[in-house]
Amino acid sequence: MVDLKVLSRINRYEWEIPRTYRPDMRVPVRIFATKQLLNEIKGDKSLEQAVNAATLPGLVSPVVVMPDVHQGYGFPIGGVAATRLPDGIISPGAIGYDINCGVRLLASQVEYDSVKTYLPDLANSLNRLCPSGVGKKGHLKLSIKELDQVCINGSRWALKHGYASDADVRRTEENGCLDGADPAKISTRAKERGRQQVGTLGAGNHFIEVDVVDQVFNQPAAQAMGLKTGHLVVMIHCGSRGFGHQVCTDYVRDFQAAVKRYRIELPDRELVCAPLDSPEGRNYLAAMRCAANYAFANRQVLAHFARQAFEESLAGKVPNWHLSQVYDIAHNMGKIETHEVDGMLVEVCVHRKGATRAFGPGFQGLPSEYRSIGQPVLVPGSMGTASWVLVGTSDSMQRSFGSSCHGAGRTMSRKKAKKSIRGEDLRKELQAQGIHIRAGSMAGLAEEAPQAYKDVDAVVETVHEAGIADKVARLKPVAVIKG
Amino acid sequence: MDSKSASGYREIAHTADWELEVWAPNLLNLLAQAALGMYHLTGVQHSSGPRITRQITLHYFEPEILLIDFLSELLYLAEVESLVFDRFDLQVDGDKLHAKLGGVKIVSMDKEIKAATYHKLAIRKTDQGLFANIVFDV
Repeated sequence: MVDLKVLSRINRYEWEIPRTYRPDMRVPVRIFATKQLLNEIKGDKSLEQAVNAATLPGLVSPVVVMPDVHQGYGFPIGGVAATRLPDGIISPGAIGYDINCGVRLLASQVEYDSVKTYLPDLANSLNRLCPSGVGKKGHLKLSIKELDQVCINGSRWALKHGYASDADVRRTEENGCLDGADPAKISTRAKERGRQQVGTLGAGNHFIEVDVVDQVFNQPAAQAMGLKTGHLVVMIHCGSRGFGHQVCTDYVRDFQAAVKRYRIELPDRELVCAPLDSPEGRNYLAAMRCAANYAFANRQVLAHFARQAFEESLAGKVPNWHLSQVYDIAHNMGKIETHEVDGMLVEVCVHRKGATRAFGPGFQGLPSEYRSIGQPVLVPGSMGTASWVLVGTSDSMQRSFGSSCHGAGRTMSRKKAKKSIRGEDLRKELQAQGIHIRAGSMAGLAEEAPQAYKDVDAVVETVHEAGIADKVARLKPVAVIKG
Repeated sequence: MDSKSASGYREIAHTADWELEVWAPNLLNLLAQAALGMYHLTGVQHSSGPRITRQITLHYFEPEILLIDFLSELLYLAEVESLVFDRFDLQVDGDKLHAKLGGVKIVSMDKEIKAATYHKLAIRKTDQGLFANIVFDV
């Protein structure tokens, strides 16, 4: 465990583990957190994992840690690491098995107060129309050839097949498609897993949530996004399903030999990597992009089903039940981006694992309606607590490779949560608060209890005060669908 | 899961994922215990239907990679063919592991494992046999 005494305080919200802390570190670790959050962070091995991440070859200083950080299985969840092209590395474990796990937010004109009595029906519709749960296959059964098209085209595949609008695609990170995806770099096994899971939620901490906009902090930004106090929104949290899991499994396996070939020494086998300009590195990047595009398409199809649920439950009861896309972001991803480092523009591979891109105003890759406000940043809390909408800032580009937090971050182990919380009791408790729960597994529900997570308000306050993202709106859950 | 028995597994607390400690007198038994432990974590319900057999062959480069390859294979078969195994007839022949797996269809699983990871994975040899800690991404 890293002793907090070795941290130097940059300011109230920023701390640093110096590069000299351990001889194999190549860069320092920069942590965004309050002192109170640091005291929670020190309770697990996330800082040690951040130090391990700081040993990766080709790193551009520093490794960044977000206030919702928690221990992962190698790279900390809530970490950002940028490696210089062309000879810096790419590490599948620093992106995660759930490639492009991310969040989509849809806004509506539906007033919560006018539809409270219909929420149980709406929750039932969402639960029925959006397949969720362990091993659940979806409504779509794709051929391998069709799956290849999903890999290459992402959200554009969904547009072509009637699951998306132009606005949906425009309001998705990277317009819902990373160029350079190559299905030939994907194993038969991954394709077999993926072809029946497009449009499925999965299980674990994935969910579809209906929230009400509780507070608006930035009126112009909220207006641009279509967010209005008292109105319903829908949040979808999921990723690339078994497809992405298999892609990462395959390449973490391949890279066990690659690190020996390239004589890379690492403190953790899960950090295996290869130079970006190596065949192994290029192959993984092309495969990762396939999985990223799969996840964009997956969330797009789920959004389509969510729209059907709204129509089924609310048509005729409210004048306008339409859901409009706010944005869709990734929080497990590797992207080639240009950042200013020591006064020079440098091309880097930014690994974000449990961290969200948070580009500031002026970024040309944003839809025109967001260019003056910055990129929406979507931060789901846990069930029963708030979620947040933020915007990226210019400061984030300078201090965190244009990144911000991704959620609340766990504090309690799953084992302890299962032991101390009964899923059915939790469901009743949340129901009493007006939150309608539809969950496939009570044990799974217990593991995701609010008390297992950090205070998301404190996490968001930290990134806001640190200046790497600005608050736009706070959302409160009224219905949660989980596998 | 008696810690005094020659082979077994137990769950270790982990913040966001699952961790198993597994032990056995030899590598092949360790693989079997890791499989049983992994299935236990998922809360898998076995069907009472007909028994099913699968034969798989894996390359054996080093023990830790073999362990993850074996568990990954089982995760794949669980997801794509809905199979859970409780009989493991494992043999090493040169650089290959030959496995004859006996099991049944899965009725349900409480929880999903994304992958078995290499994090902290080092098979340790002690007087009591082999030990390993395996962290699963969930």
